[in-house]
Amino acid sequence: MKVLIAVKRVIDYNVKIRVKADHSDVDLTNVKMAMNPFCEIAVEEAVRLKEKGIATEVVAVSVGPKAAQEQLRTALALGTDRAIHIETDERAESLAVAKLLAKVVDEEQPGLVILGKQAIDTDNNQTGQMLAALTGLPQGTFASEVAVDGDKVNVTREIDGGLQTIALTLPAIVTTDLRLNEPRYAKLPDIMKAKKKPLGVKTPADYGVELASKVSLLKVEAPAERKGGVKVASVDELIDKLKNEAKVL
Amino acid sequence: MIDYQAPLRDMQFILDELAGLGQITDLPRCEDASPDLVAAVLEEASKFASGVLAPINRQGDLQGCRLEGEQVITPDGWQEAYDQFREAGWIGLSLPQEFGGQGLPKLVSTPVWEMWFSTNMAFAMLPQLNVGQTEALMIAANDEQKSTWLHKVVSGEWAATMNLTEPQAGSDLGATRMRAEPTEDGSYRLFGQKIYISYGEHELTSNIVHLVLARLPNAPEGVKGLSLLIVPKFLLDDDGQPAEKNDIRCISIEHKMGIHGSPTCTLSYGDKEGASGYLVGEPHQGLKTMFIMMNDARFNVGVQGVAMGERAYQAALDYAQQRIQGRNIVNGASNQPIISHPDVKRMLVSMRARLMAMRGLLYTAASWFDIANHHADTQVADKHSRYVDLLMPVAKGWCTEVGNDICDEAIQVFGGMGFVEETGVAQLFRDARIMTIYEGTTGIQANDLLGRKILRENGTTLRELLFDIRTTGKALEQVDELRDLATDLDELTTQLHITTDWVLEQDQARIADLYGGATPLLHLMGTVCGGWQLTRMALAAHAKQNAAGEDPDYLAGLISLARFYMATFAPQAYAHARAVRYGGQVLTNFPESAL
Ligand SMILES: Cc1cc2nc3c(=O)[nH]c(=O)nc-3n(C[C@H](O)[C@H](O)[C@H](O)COP(=O)(O)OP(=O)(O)OC[C@H]3O[C@@H](n4cnc5c(N)ncnc54)[C@H](O)[C@@H]3O)c2cc1C
Ligand SMILES: Cc1cc2nc3c(=O)[nH]c(=O)nc-3n(C[C@H](O)[C@H](O)[C@H](O)COP(=O)(O)OP(=O)(O)OC[C@H]3O[C@@H](n4cnc5c(N)ncnc54)[C@H](O)[C@@H]3O)c2cc1C
Repeated sequence: MKVLIAVKRVIDYNVKIRVKADHSDVDLTNVKMAMNPFCEIAVEEAVRLKEKGIATEVVAVSVGPKAAQEQLRTALALGTDRAIHIETDERAESLAVAKLLAKVVDEEQPGLVILGKQAIDTDNNQTGQMLAALTGLPQGTFASEVAVDGDKVNVTREIDGGLQTIALTLPAIVTTDLRLNEPRYAKLPDIMKAKKKPLGVKTPADYGVELASKVSLLKVEAPAERKGGVKVASVDELIDKLKNEAKVL
Repeated sequence: MIDYQAPLRDMQFILDELAGLGQITDLPRCEDASPDLVAAVLEEASKFASGVLAPINRQGDLQGCRLEGEQVITPDGWQEAYDQFREAGWIGLSLPQEFGGQGLPKLVSTPVWEMWFSTNMAFAMLPQLNVGQTEALMIAANDEQKSTWLHKVVSGEWAATMNLTEPQAGSDLGATRMRAEPTEDGSYRLFGQKIYISYGEHELTSNIVHLVLARLPNAPEGVKGLSLLIVPKFLLDDDGQPAEKNDIRCISIEHKMGIHGSPTCTLSYGDKEGASGYLVGEPHQGLKTMFIMMNDARFNVGVQGVAMGERAYQAALDYAQQRIQGRNIVNGASNQPIISHPDVKRMLVSMRARLMAMRGLLYTAASWFDIANHHADTQVADKHSRYVDLLMPVAKGWCTEVGNDICDEAIQVFGGMGFVEETGVAQLFRDARIMTIYEGTTGIQANDLLGRKILRENGTTLRELLFDIRTTGKALEQVDELRDLATDLDELTTQLHITTDWVLEQDQARIADLYGGATPLLHLMGTVCGGWQLTRMALAAHAKQNAAGEDPDYLAGLISLARFYMATFAPQAYAHARAVRYGGQVLTNFPESAL
């Protein structure tokens, strides 16, 4: 079975985000970038499936600027076999990415597609779902456990009320939650070998997908600074404050 | 304490702009080190350092090592971290490919080792020994020995040690007494005691390969009678697997002020029939080998200087941004983080300036190693080899002294919280303190610099270096905005120039005076070389300032670091120069009875 994974280049989670002076966007100049942590989990899951002999080939796809190849190389160093870079400098929104991924799914015919449940830059949480809709494949989102069983995959999902396990018929789409696995560190010889693994470069036009967005970004603002909290003396006082000051009750 | 984050941007800047990574990649046998690969290696190493080595550093300090019988127990987490480190292949980073390493240039391994030391110096000493031993065996071992020992040492399946020190033989290895007696089968039996042996005993690996300095029967007195031997903890069976326990016992471990996670062992050889060992290289030529690898070993300890300083700086910077204290003396504002106080800012900027100066010097020196080892033109290689020789005592001596100063200053930024243990900066200060002692004390580095590296060759290489520094000065003069730095560098270099002339003019009668000023001379060299690197950095930053996609604040900051260094640290060169010229004589005449 072939496993396809999606990998996004995002601002590193350690970086303090700054907004551009003209509020047009987040300031990315010289900011450290990294693989989206949820995508790291997707890579790890796919590599484990390969180590278990369930996956025969793991293919990573990334849509983004040329530099996104760094993240694809990381995926290759971690055990991915091959990578596809769909190069664009335009802001690729979830729907456009899902459309591109749908084309790749069509071309590659994977048995399983694993994506992060969201990317930590825009926190949209929708690409996997859109891809499922576009491809007509079943989806298991927020996975904390993935077990392939014959032509099915059992996905344990983290939902508000607890855990829910669903059985999907393969091929299927899975999106990862934080607790699915703990990604490994790359080994030095594999980092060196990653350079020589195949990495194909395509453009959105190759897939006939138009990136032009229907959404326009009006303004980006930093969240208001958090004010210092207060200690309350009793539960009654808390309820009173919630009712009368915060007006949330 | 805030989590460590590898200073990847600073590292990359210095690699590219000061150490010339681009040129190193072009050298024979360095082709693998393409910019994208180097970036990937640094990135993955930084994850490993932060994710695996940093989290166990404190535990290592609190728990330390203990001796149970003859068994040394390392702190919790050490075994898992070592296994991960080994399996990830990091030990082989710069080691020869024929023995399973990756053979990357020293310029690439240097920032990586900086990360290991920053996050856990006590731990990182263990794999560092494998690197040092591999370098020694590559120089002196025969092919059979290499194939028996090196694969396992490069992979880290077996650990390594360096056994030099004895109770009466510390700085003076000529006083070594360990005896090695030949046997009929060509091997040797060792008898004697070694002290202060880092990782001399532990259970982290299935074997430990000791490299031991000893004396053969009828060896000449002093340093000309030393031989190097491989003495494994477990003798190998016919299949090359560790089998019978050798006659070596760990009889105690030291209680130390720092690096508690690193066991410092007293090893007793030959309490029974003698410990079996194998001669490496020619009899009585042990010190020659040691000298060749000494440059590497000393360089690596110099890297510890910048590494410990960096960790302390990151902690201090974070604390200074969080800690609210005091009214701002300029505008009267209250409830300000202490970083807003000019004096706290001064401490932070002076830490960062010296860190970048050290990093500039060390990474540039790493590139000299690579050029010396790989350049096709023997003249170019030779020049860089002499530069390495000249500057290694400075890289080791000065960077470790400054590293200690920076850890000390970090405690000052923390105020009372720096003195109490819970913040972790106190540990950095304690751990760092060994750096100026092992691999040759600062005093020994200073003697080496003065005697072997300057006087012996009549200052030839030092004059070449001075010329190179002047060349940077000329380049600065061409840039209007940096002309002030040209003047500063000129004045700074002049101090070294005058002092060099003076040192070389003295006759043998004043040799005691000269050695009395050896350490100030080392500091003078360090101060000048540090300033030189920062002005090179300012030039590079200036050249990039108008390029697209660059961060102007960062680049302006680098230029300001050079200016701050020139205002604050460069003037110390005058003091060091005076200490060299006028201090020594007073010392010579100073009656010991008056102490
Ligand atoms: C934690 C730790 C780990 C160590 N690990 C190892 C190891 O793995 N393997 C190993 O072999 N050794 C190891 N050592 C030993 C270390 O290398 C020695 O401590 C060091 O070389 C200094 O020797 P010494 O302690 O005998 O001091 P001494 O040589 O007694 O020096 C004391 C003072 O006298 C000065 N001095 C001595 N001789 C001269 C001179 N000729 N000119 C000017 N000044 C001089 C020194 O600079 C120093 O200030 C370790 C030591 C420690 C503390
Ligand atoms: C072992 C120990 C014993 C002690 N014993 C006593 C005791 O018996 N009684 C007692 O009352 N206290 C005691 N103290 C407290 C001690 O006096 C304080 O730790 C000290 O005054 C520093 O204050 P701080 O720790 O809050 O550091 P901070 O005030 O937070 O200082 C942190 C850093 O900021 C700098 N800084 C702060 N404000 C300014 C400013 N306005 N301008 C420039 N720089 C500034 C400081 O110089 C320092 O570098 C003790 C502390 C220790 C560690």
